[in-house]
Amino acid sequence: MGAERQPVSEPRSLEREIEGLDALDVPLVEPEPRGRALWNAAWPKLAAAGFVLVLWELTVLSGWRPSYVLPGPARVFAELSELVATAKFWAAVATTLRRAATGFALAIMIGTALGVVVSRSRTLRRAFGSFITGLQSMPSIAWFPFAILLFKLSEGAILFVVVIGASPSIANGLINGIDHIPPLLLRAGRVLGARGLASLRHVVLPAALPGYVAGLKQGWAFSWRSLMAGELLVIIETRPALGSQLQFARELSDAPGLIALMLVVLLIGILIDSLVFAAIEQRIRRRRGLVEVGS
Amino acid sequence: MQPAIRIHNVSQTYHGGASAIRALERVSLDVAPGEFVCLLGASGCGKSTLLNLIVGLYEITSGTVDVGGRRVAMVFQEPALFPWLTVQRNVELAMRFRGVPAKERREKALALLRLVHLDAFAERRPHELSGGMRQRVAIARALAQQAEVLLMDEPFGALDAMTRDVLHDELEAIWSKTGMTVLFVTHNVREAVRLGDRVVLLSSRPGRVVAEFPIAIPRPRSADSLAVAEATTAITERLREEVRRHGR
Repeated sequence: MGAERQPVSEPRSLEREIEGLDALDVPLVEPEPRGRALWNAAWPKLAAAGFVLVLWELTVLSGWRPSYVLPGPARVFAELSELVATAKFWAAVATTLRRAATGFALAIMIGTALGVVVSRSRTLRRAFGSFITGLQSMPSIAWFPFAILLFKLSEGAILFVVVIGASPSIANGLINGIDHIPPLLLRAGRVLGARGLASLRHVVLPAALPGYVAGLKQGWAFSWRSLMAGELLVIIETRPALGSQLQFARELSDAPGLIALMLVVLLIGILIDSLVFAAIEQRIRRRRGLVEVGS
Repeated sequence: MQPAIRIHNVSQTYHGGASAIRALERVSLDVAPGEFVCLLGASGCGKSTLLNLIVGLYEITSGTVDVGGRRVAMVFQEPALFPWLTVQRNVELAMRFRGVPAKERREKALALLRLVHLDAFAERRPHELSGGMRQRVAIARALAQQAEVLLMDEPFGALDAMTRDVLHDELEAIWSKTGMTVLFVTHNVREAVRLGDRVVLLSSRPGRVVAEFPIAIPRPRSADSLAVAEATTAITERLREEVRRHGR
């Protein structure tokens, strides 16, 4: 068989040369094993949590406050494990998360529409740009008296403040993202024939995505804060929520329960930030080559 | 024959604050269909401005540019690829804007990537490629517009000499395959002689056509050939003269 080799057609030398250059140019990166990557991401967080727990325990041991006001971690975690066994706790979590989801979804719609419209027109930008930034820095709790006047003590009052707290950040994130698009990409898009809506969809919005996601992340933080403030103020008797449970724990001087609930609020915030927003950001950065190799 | 690009008496003025800068002064130039013309000039000769006028990115101050309704594609100095799209999708985008069906788009994009020898990298993202490879994707993307006129604004300026040599060969091959009209801007005399049927020399501030050199060296050419070197020397001398005028 060996003697009957098919004649191999010699590739043109130009092609050969190009292939050679390309092969030398493409960076060699070995992907990190998944388990190792997870561990590398997890251990600093675990160490930080351990550090905080130790600090907490030391503060309690120092006797700075009596233990019925400031209980130690062991006491709080015992309380927490009792808490998560109750149906009422999960009903409260469900109510709070449903409110957060509804409010944030509405804020995304309003903020995005606002951002697109304002960034497209110079006049609107002049008219509303600083107004939006002003709204963003307004503490959401300051809206509650007005919201309660408008909507009484109802879901509507909470939703109103959550939406008004989050949408300016989302709009501003999008406007910032659009402002920071390299002009060359816009020119390339125009030369390729991008016009109007097609340009918005295929060039402007994807190019603005990193800024937009930063805005969403901040918007989420604002809506979560506004929601907690709202649930402390607007308590609907028949519907337990995390915020209202906090308020009850204070009224009953139930310090372990109070701190356990706070930990839940913190944990939900961290989980959503890292599982949703950090994951999306990381994905965008990796796809666009904004992650340094080996970092 | 009707020229593919007819530039007639074009002047361009930028208004920067109180002062006005004259970038181009009564530039006239005809480029025949299928011709490869290199625009050569030192800094400040308005080469890029001229390309931007032809492709319609800027408004013309005075004069006319006529491409006879031909589609015009452009390759920039930097690849200007969209970092959120794969190589293949970058090439597909122009076809998407024209409403080409998805299947046809994919096939054509792959064929174009084959033409620039990058079909193996179709699913990569731009940041995974080298500068030279990105610029080849940009060329494939411009070809995807199925334009008859291709404008190139110092496309190889940022590349190393070896990669540039290879890309010259590649561009020459693509040009002879497609029969496009190419207007290629550069400040590198050897590059202009290596590629052009004709080299047009622009003066600086304001840009004006000062000389034209037909290049009759047979193709495929080599940047290292004696004929290219001789023509380069002659044109360089003329370019130096032009630059010296600004010495005082």
